[in-house]
Amino acid sequence: MLQEESDLSLIIAQIVQKLKGSNLYAQLERQAWASLQRPEIKLESLKEDIKEFFKISGWEKKLQNAVYSELSVFPLPSHPAAPPEHLKEPLVYMRKAQGSWEKRILKSLNSMCTELSIPLARKRPVGEQKELLNKWNEMGTDEPDLSLFRPVYAPKDFLEVLINLRNPNYENGDSLSFRTHLGLIQVPLKVKDIPELKEFFVELGLTTGQLGIDDSTQVPPELFENEHVRIGQKVLTEQDSAAAQQYIRQGSPTALRAELWALILNISSHPEDILYYEQLKTNVIQHDLLVDSLIYKDVKLTASNDDYYFVFEDYLYQVLLCFSRDTSVLSHFAYNSASPPKSYIRGKLGLEEYAVFYPPNGVIPFHGFSMYVAPLCFLYHEPSKLYQIFREMYVRFFFRLHSISSHPSGIVSLCLLFETLLQTYLPQLFYHLREIGAQPLRISFKWMVRAFSGYLATDQLLLLWDRILGYNSLEILAVLAAAVFAFRAVNLMEVTSLAAAEVRISFAEMGWK
Amino acid sequence: MAGKVKWVTDIEKSVLINNFEKRGWVQVTENEDWNFYWMSVQTIRNVFSVETGYRLSDDQIVNHFPNHYELTRKDLMVKNIKRYRKELEKEGSPLAEKDESGKYLYLDFVPVTYMLPADYNLFVEEFRKSPSSTWIMKPCGKAQGKGIFLINKLSQIKKWSRDSKTSSFVTQSTKEAYVISLYINNPLLIGGRKFDLRLYVLVSTYRPLRCYMYKLGFCRFCTVKYTPSTSELDNMFVHLTNVAIQKHGEDYNHIHGGKWTVNNLRLYLESTRGKEVTSKLFDEIHWIIVQSLKAVAPVMNNDKHCFECYGYDIIIDDKLKPWLIEVNASPSLTSSTANDRILKYNLINDTLNIAVPNGEIPDCKWNKSPPKEVLGNYEILQILHR
Repeated sequence: MLQEESDLSLIIAQIVQKLKGSNLYAQLERQAWASLQRPEIKLESLKEDIKEFFKISGWEKKLQNAVYSELSVFPLPSHPAAPPEHLKEPLVYMRKAQGSWEKRILKSLNSMCTELSIPLARKRPVGEQKELLNKWNEMGTDEPDLSLFRPVYAPKDFLEVLINLRNPNYENGDSLSFRTHLGLIQVPLKVKDIPELKEFFVELGLTTGQLGIDDSTQVPPELFENEHVRIGQKVLTEQDSAAAQQYIRQGSPTALRAELWALILNISSHPEDILYYEQLKTNVIQHDLLVDSLIYKDVKLTASNDDYYFVFEDYLYQVLLCFSRDTSVLSHFAYNSASPPKSYIRGKLGLEEYAVFYPPNGVIPFHGFSMYVAPLCFLYHEPSKLYQIFREMYVRFFFRLHSISSHPSGIVSLCLLFETLLQTYLPQLFYHLREIGAQPLRISFKWMVRAFSGYLATDQLLLLWDRILGYNSLEILAVLAAAVFAFRAVNLMEVTSLAAAEVRISFAEMGWK
Repeated sequence: MAGKVKWVTDIEKSVLINNFEKRGWVQVTENEDWNFYWMSVQTIRNVFSVETGYRLSDDQIVNHFPNHYELTRKDLMVKNIKRYRKELEKEGSPLAEKDESGKYLYLDFVPVTYMLPADYNLFVEEFRKSPSSTWIMKPCGKAQGKGIFLINKLSQIKKWSRDSKTSSFVTQSTKEAYVISLYINNPLLIGGRKFDLRLYVLVSTYRPLRCYMYKLGFCRFCTVKYTPSTSELDNMFVHLTNVAIQKHGEDYNHIHGGKWTVNNLRLYLESTRGKEVTSKLFDEIHWIIVQSLKAVAPVMNNDKHCFECYGYDIIIDDKLKPWLIEVNASPSLTSSTANDRILKYNLINDTLNIAVPNGEIPDCKWNKSPPKEVLGNYEILQILHR
């Protein structure tokens, strides 16, 4: 009992600490002072009266949402004596692997820099600044010469690193048994099995209504859709983050989705937020970063060629260029196994006073990165709101898809979950594909790394991302990947090569895109 | 009497020919006994012309109505709609209700349009009311965006005024006739880009009116960002959405062809604007298509050998109001992307299923009531029984 109490007080202390520096705190303080004018606030019962006032005016709800947000994002302190690295990643070998991977990426970036003789960052001359400002809404037509730039890495490079991950403390023995994992991932992480998944995803059960299925034209709307939409509207009126998160597990109506996601992610557009975005935009205008070219290249290679997202090309630049310069993103590295790359002012290599994070937000984009932003353009057309939503989605979820960690929603666990599901429940298929040199993960890895963006039709993708938000977990990506293989199992048993397997299971082939 | 359907076409497009062949139909020439002729608009003119025309027999079907131009020529379409509105007004129909400023509440779906040179003076009067407006000049008989230009000064169309002043009996060759319409300079923009909607509408008979709309229409985006600025008036890549024009722009992409499905549009609008206004928009689009068909129905030669698949061009403004820009009798069957090819192939397939029941030798006297199962991707817009 005592242990729980002290855990709880630790958590409360941590959250209070975090919220004290926030905008919400300042607003609550102001509201409390202003409320003293109100007749119902009496000096004798000051504390109770103000609390009551907060409840009625909706401020308590806002505080509740903020606390809920903190609980969802920040991992709970495991032990008061645990060093900060443990919050990033408790397992040493994972930390080491992530560290070497980062070194490789940075080396690749630096050598591109040297090869092309382009500085990592430079200040734009005034003329160039003016031109960029004029072109801000149509950067897609700029088309600088990108032929010499290559993406720093692609998902398949990252997969190779994951395949070579080993736990030095784990001795499997050389003998094969029925317990041997036949997939590519060879680290012993705990992943959920089907009974546990069924419990975790209980709202996705066959007897519970789902949007995307039970609202199709053949089903009378009175059976499920109407009531579900009504509840959604009520959730929005109440402005309750936790309720929204629970609600969205059954999918969101298209008209309510933008607001529901904002509520769950605790995003509200205050003037300060818009100002902050404008400040980032100014940073983009004033300084040119090498990563900008990488972003351009990525957008041109991926989103510009996509049937759904080509329309929003310019929005993608407006979001991603600002994102690279946003130092507030650095705070997520406290719980990300990755660390922001450090660079040094020219000529001052190794001197800590001259160290800077590069890019300023510490995130180096890879091939396909812009596809994290693209689907959001269907929901938000104001650049600053779109930006805030994307940033929050990144620091809550997307970062886990390209850093090496033992977290249950980290890409390593997702890969292992996928392979385990397949090996346990579709052993014949798994064995067959392995035999023909078509390890299933080689096909599904790119789907999971991109959270299926660019693979599923947008309306389907948004229904999928509803569940990511609803369950605050990325495990659904692995389950979906396995389900796709199960769906095409009969077809896949006939193929004799990896290339043929890729074709049979391509989303375009299946008419899902 | 089961024989194979004999087909002819003077439009060499694979989406057509593949559809005929997959039904096991037999290709013949136009001089032989044919049952089905997918013809160009020039050919339909010949078939029904006084000098070169000939009677079609009961087992012959063609893909155009003889005087389709009542709907598909820009000037005649506007003329027919204006006439239709006046008729409704005269009979006191609630459809012709107007608001305080004299605008039709339900039938104001065509931008203000005048014929040139005939209505030149009327146009000038209107132009002077709002001198900062932009107008679009379109040749009556051309397609694919040819010959279209924008004006914002009377001096730019002086040529048409001079002609009308010189003589009162000048026979204007139809090639030089233009329509001038108020340019919609507040189009709905997505991603900062202007787009228009291309919808396919099949009419199997005008009296009684039976029409179907293809569910898989698409949006055509301009490659360049939209700007109403006057300096860009000459830049056709900003203003005209015809693929024929956009294809030559620097940024034209051959993978998606600058096209979005109507479903994407619907998803985007529902997500950003809400379900009610989106449903209202789509209802209005259906409404204006039906009204335009009703407007020309009385003057259409409802020949029983004919059906027609029209390409409707619609622009949505930033208040989510749809505007009918024009109707095409021969919508392009060229495919600009792989998706496009699939769409057009399916379009022809579903059209043939409705127009030529069971793929058998047609009898033009049939009741033109296809069963629901053959509609494919078409949905009923209006089926009148008498």
